[in-house]
Amino acid sequence: MYAQMVDTGTKRLKTLEEMSPEERDFQEKIDAETKIEAKNWMPEGYRKTLVRQISQHAHSEIVGMLPEGNWVTRAPTLKRKLQLMAKIQDEAGHGLYLYSAMETLGADRDEEIQKLHDGKAKYSSIFNYPTLNWADMGAVGWLVDGAAIVNQVVLQRTSYGPYSRAMVRICKEESFHQRQGYQILLDMMREGTQEQKDMVQDAINRLWWPALMMFGPHDDESPNSQQSMVWKIKRKSNDELRQMFIDQTVPQLEFLGCTAPDPDLKWNEETGHYDFGEINWKEFYDVLKGNGPCNRERIGTRRKAIDEGAWVRDAAVAYAAKKQQRDAA
Amino acid sequence: MSEWRLYEVFVRSKHGLNHKHVGSVHAADNEMAMENARELYTRRNEGVSIWVVPSETITASASDEKEILFDPSEDKIYRHASFYKLPDEVGHM
Repeated sequence: MYAQMVDTGTKRLKTLEEMSPEERDFQEKIDAETKIEAKNWMPEGYRKTLVRQISQHAHSEIVGMLPEGNWVTRAPTLKRKLQLMAKIQDEAGHGLYLYSAMETLGADRDEEIQKLHDGKAKYSSIFNYPTLNWADMGAVGWLVDGAAIVNQVVLQRTSYGPYSRAMVRICKEESFHQRQGYQILLDMMREGTQEQKDMVQDAINRLWWPALMMFGPHDDESPNSQQSMVWKIKRKSNDELRQMFIDQTVPQLEFLGCTAPDPDLKWNEETGHYDFGEINWKEFYDVLKGNGPCNRERIGTRRKAIDEGAWVRDAAVAYAAKKQQRDAA
Repeated sequence: MSEWRLYEVFVRSKHGLNHKHVGSVHAADNEMAMENARELYTRRNEGVSIWVVPSETITASASDEKEILFDPSEDKIYRHASFYKLPDEVGHM
């Protein structure tokens, strides 16, 4: 999930009787699966939760370009380089679709980006891990985009119209990301040297658990999920989504001829799902708090990009003003 | 960037169809709005024509005007062809 632990500001769910007439009207619309649009009345908590979740989602897309940007100049062939650049451009696009959805809620894009750069806003924990070898580009596309797709397919039905429509657009583009990632790994496993095959297994070993962490804490450790589910911002719980991801990913892992770094991972005939081991939650919370391997580097890179690009933005504004003056004369 | 205006983007997906709202972009001027819209919303043959419109120039109906605006049309069922029942012998009309 690209948004983890989004605060809803609610301690306890309200019953219909406790709600104001406006709130009740709103909740009934949600229950009837009517999409909420920007101009409709909405509880302040709903608006704030959405701004937090959508901005966090957008930040993840933007920061998510950085681990891949690391490999643009190192891609093994021109074909791979072009594919990687197209994927990175898509991610910039996804960030912008999402900021645009967020702005319909009255939030300001620059302010939200400033919060990210000040370390006040979160983005997905996954992007705080380094990308150390070329196989990481494959594993990121396959596992990270794969986990994002599981989450985003469900979010297409989220209750807020602009967010839902951004998700529809993003999902259409995302499957290219996952397929190109898987194909990188498949090529390395089929045609690669032993050293290259080892790189694939090494990438999976490092990224497997962080990919599972993307879905956030267990349901009983996720105090905000309940309110988000009632508002239908979230449609499935963290644990449900994680299980869906594992069930669809393990056969793909076996097809590659690789293994997961989890001795407890095995098919459970009775439940019809894969069982898997416990996530290292201490690591998850540490990364979320800003102490992952790359947190400082990522934010530093973002700040540098904004600061060093300031003169371009200033020049564009000056040029627009000058042209307007000239046109008026 | 807050000095950059917000523009709404409309894309005609195929010749013969209407332009449809797809989202928004920020830009310093109209020309840049067009370039940004092209990069953001039509990377995969999504359209044959783009409109960009400064968001502040759009007048939209408010949700609390819904009844005033749209309710009057609900009780005018005689505006629909299905209101007029014709004998079968007349055939298709």
